[in-house]
Amino acid sequence: METECKPTYHTRIFPSLFFLLAVFFLTGCSGGNENKEASAPPAQPEETTPEATADPVVNKGVGPITSVNLGELDTEMAAEGKELYESLCTACHKLDQRYIGPSLADVTERRSPEWIMNMILNPTEMVKEDPEAKKLLAEYISPMADQNLSEEQARKILEYFRSISQNQ
Amino acid sequence: MKPLSIITTLVILGAAWLTGCTPEGSNTGQGGALSSADAASRVYVPPGEHDEFYAFMSGGFSGQISVYGLPSGRLFRVIPVFSQDAEKGYGYNEETKPMLQTSFGFVPWDDSHHPELSQTDGVPDGRWIFINGNNTPRIARVDLSTFETAEIIEIPNSGGNHSSPFITANSEYVVAGTRFSVPIPNEDMALAEYKDKFKGSLSFISVADDGDMDVAFQVLVPGYDYDLAHAGKGKSHGWVFFTTYNTEKASTLKEIGASQNDKDFIAAVNWQKAEEYLAQGKAHEMSASYYNNEYSDENHSATSTLKNSVNVLIPEECPGLVYFLPTPKSPHGVDVDPTGEYIVGNGKLSADMSVHSFTKMMQAIENEDFETTIDGIPVLNYETVLDGIVKEAGLGPLHTEFDGKGNAYTSFFISSEVVKWKTDTKEVVDRAPSYYSIGHLMIPGGDSQQPWGKYLVSLNKITKDRYLPTGPELTQSAQLYDISGDKMELLLDFPTVGEPHYAQALPADLLKPKSVKTFRLEDNQHPYATVTEADAKVTREGNEVHIYITSIRSHFKPDNIEGIRVGDKVYIHLTNLEQDWDVPHGLSVMGANNAEILVMPGQTETLLWEPGKPGIYPFYCTDFCSALHQEMQGYIRVSPSGSNTDLTWSTGE
Repeated sequence: METECKPTYHTRIFPSLFFLLAVFFLTGCSGGNENKEASAPPAQPEETTPEATADPVVNKGVGPITSVNLGELDTEMAAEGKELYESLCTACHKLDQRYIGPSLADVTERRSPEWIMNMILNPTEMVKEDPEAKKLLAEYISPMADQNLSEEQARKILEYFRSISQNQ
Repeated sequence: MKPLSIITTLVILGAAWLTGCTPEGSNTGQGGALSSADAASRVYVPPGEHDEFYAFMSGGFSGQISVYGLPSGRLFRVIPVFSQDAEKGYGYNEETKPMLQTSFGFVPWDDSHHPELSQTDGVPDGRWIFINGNNTPRIARVDLSTFETAEIIEIPNSGGNHSSPFITANSEYVVAGTRFSVPIPNEDMALAEYKDKFKGSLSFISVADDGDMDVAFQVLVPGYDYDLAHAGKGKSHGWVFFTTYNTEKASTLKEIGASQNDKDFIAAVNWQKAEEYLAQGKAHEMSASYYNNEYSDENHSATSTLKNSVNVLIPEECPGLVYFLPTPKSPHGVDVDPTGEYIVGNGKLSADMSVHSFTKMMQAIENEDFETTIDGIPVLNYETVLDGIVKEAGLGPLHTEFDGKGNAYTSFFISSEVVKWKTDTKEVVDRAPSYYSIGHLMIPGGDSQQPWGKYLVSLNKITKDRYLPTGPELTQSAQLYDISGDKMELLLDFPTVGEPHYAQALPADLLKPKSVKTFRLEDNQHPYATVTEADAKVTREGNEVHIYITSIRSHFKPDNIEGIRVGDKVYIHLTNLEQDWDVPHGLSVMGANNAEILVMPGQTETLLWEPGKPGIYPFYCTDFCSALHQEMQGYIRVSPSGSNTDLTWSTGE
């Protein structure tokens, strides 16, 4: 639909007529009974991507996690996170060196807690939408695998990363 | 350009656009004359959108089931059932070889004819689909959450399983009737003894709540050919009807010998009565030898169990268990309408089709209105049970399905057409040609109590000139008709995998939400699973080597292995560590004498490899998995027999 509308917007000639044209195209074969788009405003030009300039440490990424309450380090949780990390992440990650993916010992210093959890929980979307994750895919080529973890499991892994960082 | 002229132009343009398309259904009543564009628009599923129905078509002599979308006719998947499938490793890997085990040994092929969906309250419920193996008598159950074969059971005392696996309204039983009568138990015997010694068997295979199949009982019947079946429904629930031919008991040139009698029979079996007789201990426990093979999604492996006996009921000892309904002439399909009242005998050598009434049948049984009795089976009076005749509807009626609106649709093989008739008046109301030689036809839910009567699929044996030629062997095909209006409208031809012998379909919404995406690694109970890379290893016991190997995009661990020797039996157990949808990894090794393995996320599969000469053997991932797929490879060093090369393994060292 946007493709049909854009020229009208750019030329700014009779926008309402071209909007009508768009409606014609939309209703052409659908029976024309109802058209949800009819009340929508004409398409706006796409915004430039402001996130590209965001500080990686502040950027929360794209996904289910919008805020993480860190608090004191929970060593029990970190120990459980270590187990998960070792069984599910070490195929591609090492703590102290680049492997299939980036090294992770200092990841909590490089990324926000939300970003880390979103990258674990929602990697497919992250490498398409998040500017930092996109850069990583371009650099490492092998995509971050979605290991289908629960939020609770991802939080434990995050706690493990925090414990490493604090021990350094 | 002035504003006014722009408006005029737009109005004209818009009108032209709109008139180019016709609202759905407006063609009904116009003699089925469809423009190509109109037909195309009605089967068109735009890119990225989904079909309305899943259709499951048997592969006939391919031994498999293929999964299509309707109305588009797009092929999604071929499910290997009775035949080895090198693409998926089915029947080649160690885990699924037991699925094809039979009392005749490993039988890696069969002829799969009739898919049948599981039902609850007479309606397809989307749990499983069953299918018969015609040649080496078997029934398979396919799980519709994984689209994988979950179980195969062999049918004892059978010479060929054609009238199968038709299902009862609550999936209590799937049935099997022997197409070839044989000595029971089977033994060395002169063929001249056919008339006196050969027997038929009608088997009832129970289906447990978890799907588990078991041969509950068999009914021993005269030595005819048992052709097809369907269960009663609604008022006729509790009965299963089987067609017979060769009531002449010819053992040679059946083409002529089995076509002498004016009427053969539909055998009506009261399975609730059978359950009473079983409870009373009337069954004979016969020794028999047959396999039951079951696949588990917990350990991703199949196990074979040999069974040693079967319960057999003899009609002479069990009054009220079986009745014969005389039916002209070599009836092929027997189809029960959604109300359960009409029992349609598709007399393939008769010009007319006989429709029996279940109510009249019950009345005749109550009145003991019998023509005669054969081996303890009362033969009901044809005139008494007949509800009516569909007169000269076509040539060679084979099968009938229903639309739930009082209409029946019958396939006519010889005259190559679909004929629509009214179940109550038996009046023919429409006919449409099929291209060519239709066998079965299928309406989604059309053999159940609740048909979704929008489309009909004609399953054709011969295509001749319909497609681009491909040498002597041509594709077989299906054709899609819209049956929502008064007239059938042919919308689409599409080629099929193997012979689309019979099919079933149901609304996509019944299956889509429960389709399994991955197997959880933590639930993997495979004895050779490696659920984390740290546990990857190679072990040796004598000449048996087990490689515990993992895959994740885009490497194997281990990918360098040394210390294998000529003469070793090398079991490569690949666990796919991925936990994301649609990321299988495959593995193949140079010179392996079987096939690749193709491992779903969280699954473990095993390739048995017996290297025959020393050297370096590459192995690699066969399923394009990522940008670094081509890098997903490794080496195995094979040393001469008796050498002492250390057994070592590594990745990235």
